[in-house]
Amino acid sequence: MSQTVDDIKAGYPLFLDQDYQDMFAGKRANFEEAPSPEKVRETFEWTTTKEYQEINFSREAVTISPAKACQPLGAVLCALGFENTLPYVHGSQGCVAYFRTYFNRHFKEPIACVSDSMTEDAAVFGGHNNMYQGLENAYALYKPEMIAVSTTCMAEVIGDDISSFVNNAKKEGHIPQDLPVPVAHTPSFVGSHVVGWDNMFEGILRSFTAQAMEGKEVGSNGKINIVPGFETYLGNYRVIKRMLTEMNVPFTMLSDPSEVLDTPADGEYRMYAGGTTQYEVKDAPNAIDTLFLQPWQSIKSKKVVKEMWNQPTTSVVYPLGLAGTDNFLMTVSELTGKPIPDSLTVERGRLVDMMTDSHPWLHGKKFALWGDGDFVIGMARFLMELGAEPTHLLCANANKKWEKELQKVLDASPYGASAKIYVGKDLWHMRSLVFTDRPDFMIGNSYGKFIQRDTKALDPAREVPLIRIGFPIFDRHHLHRSTTLGYEGAMQILTTLVNAVLEQLDNETSELGKTDYNYDLVR
Amino acid sequence: MALRQCAIYGKGGIGKSTTTQNLVSALAEMGKKVLIIGCDPKADSTRLILHAKAQDTIMSLAAEAGSVEDLELEDVLKVGYKGIKCAESGGPEPGVGCAGRGVITAINFLEEEGAYEEDLDFVFYDVLGDVVCGGFAMPIRENKAQEIYIVCSGEMMAMFAANNISKGIVKYATTGSVRLAGLICNSRNTDREDELIMELAAKLGTQMIHFVPRDNIVQRAEIRRMTVIEFDPTCKQANEYRTLAQKIVDNKKFVIPTPIEMEELETLLMEFGLMDVEDESIVGKTAAELDA
Repeated sequence: MSQTVDDIKAGYPLFLDQDYQDMFAGKRANFEEAPSPEKVRETFEWTTTKEYQEINFSREAVTISPAKACQPLGAVLCALGFENTLPYVHGSQGCVAYFRTYFNRHFKEPIACVSDSMTEDAAVFGGHNNMYQGLENAYALYKPEMIAVSTTCMAEVIGDDISSFVNNAKKEGHIPQDLPVPVAHTPSFVGSHVVGWDNMFEGILRSFTAQAMEGKEVGSNGKINIVPGFETYLGNYRVIKRMLTEMNVPFTMLSDPSEVLDTPADGEYRMYAGGTTQYEVKDAPNAIDTLFLQPWQSIKSKKVVKEMWNQPTTSVVYPLGLAGTDNFLMTVSELTGKPIPDSLTVERGRLVDMMTDSHPWLHGKKFALWGDGDFVIGMARFLMELGAEPTHLLCANANKKWEKELQKVLDASPYGASAKIYVGKDLWHMRSLVFTDRPDFMIGNSYGKFIQRDTKALDPAREVPLIRIGFPIFDRHHLHRSTTLGYEGAMQILTTLVNAVLEQLDNETSELGKTDYNYDLVR
Repeated sequence: MALRQCAIYGKGGIGKSTTTQNLVSALAEMGKKVLIIGCDPKADSTRLILHAKAQDTIMSLAAEAGSVEDLELEDVLKVGYKGIKCAESGGPEPGVGCAGRGVITAINFLEEEGAYEEDLDFVFYDVLGDVVCGGFAMPIRENKAQEIYIVCSGEMMAMFAANNISKGIVKYATTGSVRLAGLICNSRNTDREDELIMELAAKLGTQMIHFVPRDNIVQRAEIRRMTVIEFDPTCKQANEYRTLAQKIVDNKKFVIPTPIEMEELETLLMEFGLMDVEDESIVGKTAAELDA
């Protein structure tokens, strides 16, 4: 049972050692009073049935394994995308520890984010004193050039008026008058992380431009603004920038955390790195237009750009897949008058070539899919472009309008005929669907691995593999650095999907002398 | 005309809702487009306009629908007398939940759904008597009500409340544009009531915008769930509300109040005979001791 220095084992395989196994068996026999393995199995199998699915879908009062996170998490990601900006969460400390660890686990990077640690007395007397001290300390210690404030449930329930707190903090000299401190109300019991991103972004736009619209003229700086939304693939920031650079289109990426979330290990810790500058935000109303890559999660900020900046906010779809990228590039080309360069045309051709190469393997393959609204629409469209069939499409944080939009996308292709949309459901609902109407694969975040485990437990031959695309991905490394947007992203997704299909086929055909007649070298 | 947003505060039971609804009816009669938002779990801020017992509130409808995001504006916005738009935030039963959060949620919802975007002239927030938590200050946050009217009478507790509310306004006024716009004296027929309230108004740096005399016709109309403006447009009391409405339309005196110390307020009350001069010698003495 004891570990030796020369041979230290992790939990697995350590707990497989006989002494541990004996201990577990003893515990089970003497203390746990667990139902018999037969009963456990029976119940487990019952949870995979159609009958259980009906009970599961009539659930009202509980969410199991939610496919969304809370508002301030999105606000923090948004704030990280601005230069020398410290995300500051007004509220309790545990919430902020959660945001930091959530991002740590996904990005494998330290996340600079502070809380003003509200406790019982602040809940009773109001959180203003925490905020005065918190802002003062955060400014003195971490020397940010901007502090982006969002809130937790606690501050929202007691109704703290954070914008007046910030004004008072400045008036009383806790922080300099000219320090930009945009604010966003982000109660976690409303909306989700994507709403929080939108709220924080709106707060930042307002803070820099609401009082400074004089002299601003749409189109005068000749740029295109890009709003990524809650985007966790760092490659996506890079690919959008690359494509626009190749098109020779001047642009501003409004919120760009691709540096601070990917800092090099060269002996120097960078609390801040890269990001959109304050000047760029102030100058943003002068752009030709602002394109929201994830329109379903940018409702509020889009309104600001349209009504306060008077920009057309031309609609684009999430540029995932072939048509999605085409739509984005052609929109940019129309707005700027810049032609799409050969380099991108060639890249597109390569993608089409790859799609035709892999088509035989992907045709008719069924995929269950979950994630944020724009991703689900984009991914469903791309799957159908590949000849694959999206079957179960689940989004926890969407509405009826979104459902209609996705239905339109599905109706436009014969591959969408068997698809069903689930709004406001969780991954326990998805689990039922995967059992009763089995897809070939699941596409989603790491939480899907438990569904995969359960499908294997029911019948190893009918295991449904999870393909990890989404957020968060905690159990695989560096996927957050990859790309899902643009032709480049489509190539990466396509590669991932088709190789998952081939891997699965190899698994199924590797049985010696039984199925290996199809265990082919060439696929 | 730019939209004017006004909040009505005052001690519980002072007649805020009645005054607000009569005042708003008078404004509507003048052709003004008005929205009333009741910010009180009791949800009695719109009954005289709608002739209803209590309007379905935003929070109760949200609870029914599952979440506030599932509501549409037309579900919660009712139209009553002379096109007055009405909404009630609603909230929990006494003793449970959080009514303040209800106010925040309701106002955010109305804002997001564009309730203010119609060509409104006035929004009136009728707010629960005691500003007990941050939620009840929601109507006076930035970009919301900029004019506060305090309903009071010549009674001691009503004046204490008016002074306390002024303290609250100062907190928000120093950073935002919210201002005290006047005291509305809703008469209780106490002695020299008008003089007293004018004196208090002067000390607070504001004005008594109108003295609304007591008249039983208000109660007679209320039993019929009507304002006096609608119930009996020719009566004297209706004219009082019309005068108040006109004064509010013309009002230009918006100030950061100068709330007074407890002692100063007590002195004022003593001057008007509302409070006895304190006799230090009797403090802490039992009846037996005093008799001795």
